[in-house]
Amino acid sequence: MAKKLLMKGNEALAEAAIRAGVKGYFGYPITPQSELLEYMATNLDSRGGVFLQAESEVAAINMVYGASGTGKRVMTSTSSPGFSLMQEGVSYMACAELPCLLVNVVRGGPGLGTIQPSQGDYFQAVKGGGHGDYKLIVLAPNSVQEMADLVYLGFDLADKYRIPTLILSDGALGQMMESVEFPEYNVEEHLVDHSNWTTVGRENGREQHYITSLHLLSEKMEEINVHLQDKYKEIQKNETRFESIQTKDADILIVAFGLSSRSSQKALELARERGIKVGILRPITLFPFPSDELKRLSKSVKGILVVEMNAGQMVEDVRLSVGSNIPVDFYGRMGGMIPQPDEIVEKITNLYKQVKK
Amino acid sequence: MGITREGIVCENLDEMDVVFDRTEVLHDTPTSYCPGCSHSVVHRLIMEVIDELGILGDTIGVAPVGCSVFAYHFMNVDMQQAAHGRATAVATGIKRVLPEKIVFSYQGDGDLAAIGTAETIHTINRGENIVMIFINNGIYGMTGGQMAPTTLEGDVTSTTPLGRDIYRQGHAIKITEMVAIMDGSYYVTRQAVNSAKTVRKCKKAIKQAFQYQIDGKGGTSYIEVVSNCPSGWKMTPIEANKKIDEQVLDYYPLGDLKTPPKGA
Repeated sequence: MAKKLLMKGNEALAEAAIRAGVKGYFGYPITPQSELLEYMATNLDSRGGVFLQAESEVAAINMVYGASGTGKRVMTSTSSPGFSLMQEGVSYMACAELPCLLVNVVRGGPGLGTIQPSQGDYFQAVKGGGHGDYKLIVLAPNSVQEMADLVYLGFDLADKYRIPTLILSDGALGQMMESVEFPEYNVEEHLVDHSNWTTVGRENGREQHYITSLHLLSEKMEEINVHLQDKYKEIQKNETRFESIQTKDADILIVAFGLSSRSSQKALELARERGIKVGILRPITLFPFPSDELKRLSKSVKGILVVEMNAGQMVEDVRLSVGSNIPVDFYGRMGGMIPQPDEIVEKITNLYKQVKK
Repeated sequence: MGITREGIVCENLDEMDVVFDRTEVLHDTPTSYCPGCSHSVVHRLIMEVIDELGILGDTIGVAPVGCSVFAYHFMNVDMQQAAHGRATAVATGIKRVLPEKIVFSYQGDGDLAAIGTAETIHTINRGENIVMIFINNGIYGMTGGQMAPTTLEGDVTSTTPLGRDIYRQGHAIKITEMVAIMDGSYYVTRQAVNSAKTVRKCKKAIKQAFQYQIDGKGGTSYIEVVSNCPSGWKMTPIEANKKIDEQVLDYYPLGDLKTPPKGA
């Protein structure tokens, strides 16, 4: 049994990355993720990796690109404005199929916004974010424990599918302290052999490897596009993850990810005390999105409430999943405000009044 | 009738000594460069150096955005194609996780001295032990002949139709001079390839730069190659090479700007 430690989310994530065998970390300071960078600065070099503070997020993501091309496990972390700056590089990595772990400890926007937690970067995370047709695997932790656990999964999926994987966290999960256990994880058993494409020099005169995202012939570019889309379909088929809480007898289903699922959990308890049967579906993978499970649940519940810390982003994917069979309501707070359980209960109560027959 | 070798018909070829041949480190393919373009020459020099130093199995190159975006189709070494301006950040990433390997970047003036200025300065400020090759032809060739940061005062481009006006478009940037005063640079030189003599000197400088990296001497080795762009300059290759001698080298004089201390 591993030892329980009390850690900040950002630090737990960094520690997990080192245990998952990260060999290169390239980042730039930005609140509220700087502890992650600082933890790497203090610990990574003495534990087999390389830490480098880049001159910008633009440089950081391109360092990740270069280092990923050697086949090593590499990562960067940032917060919202910084992740916007990285989007060009992320798009290049998606096309060149370079695996890496990305972390966005989201803060409120738009613009310089606030340093308080937000989920306002959902669209950017799950719909591509940069230019061109691509997707990332997007993992959404809702506790310090998951800030650690999803790192191992993130690296494994990135390696398996040759895709950048993003952990979409937020300022509160990054800053808050909870107990965390680090699982046994044998890095060697998880590493994937990338030697048939990595650029490490033409050892023993083997044929040239090159990494590019440039394909000027439209026929060739479309081939690449089709290949990427096939890969995303494969990921959708195999890698959807979610948590289902008391959904069996639920009349009202809350759909919430990350931090807002924590407020929703409390709201569930309060609502059930008042006699309203509430369940929660918490997507852990935001791409792939648990559309099938939602569709299935939409047949047994009477109404859906989506709770987010934004103006209503994931709610669009929920509506796409369940169609018009069932009312889908939304409750969100913005600007760094966190939805409070009693506010959610009020929305639940109103929705329940509408849908009960 | 003589024998045919690689498509060349020549009398008595079998009785002749081979005094020059294509290095195997260059792909056996025509380049996409315009006739007379300096890129082809510099490609060849770098590949010959890699061949002669025996470092093919350890070398990784980084290609930029610009005319040389397809460098990996001509240079038969492992390569990564970087986003515009980011070649030295990509090179940094490679070198940091594989410090025992040999890494070089290859960039044009827009890439290195405009959009990638921050990466250029900070890569050198960190003294990354890589070789940076900088092709300065004073124009954006790939996109059709727009002003570059190194376009000379008065020169006409498609975005300076009246000639570059330093009061409106700023000065031709002397980034190599900036690089030379930085503590992180180890070897900084400006070369050209517009004559047999300059080609020979340029190759020597490239070889020196790679040797410094192999020796692991501290700092970045940086070679600017004052280059032509016959198409962009709207000149014949001979006129373009003449312009370099008559105008460009007055502003960008050739020679070493920084050499390692003696005995280093």
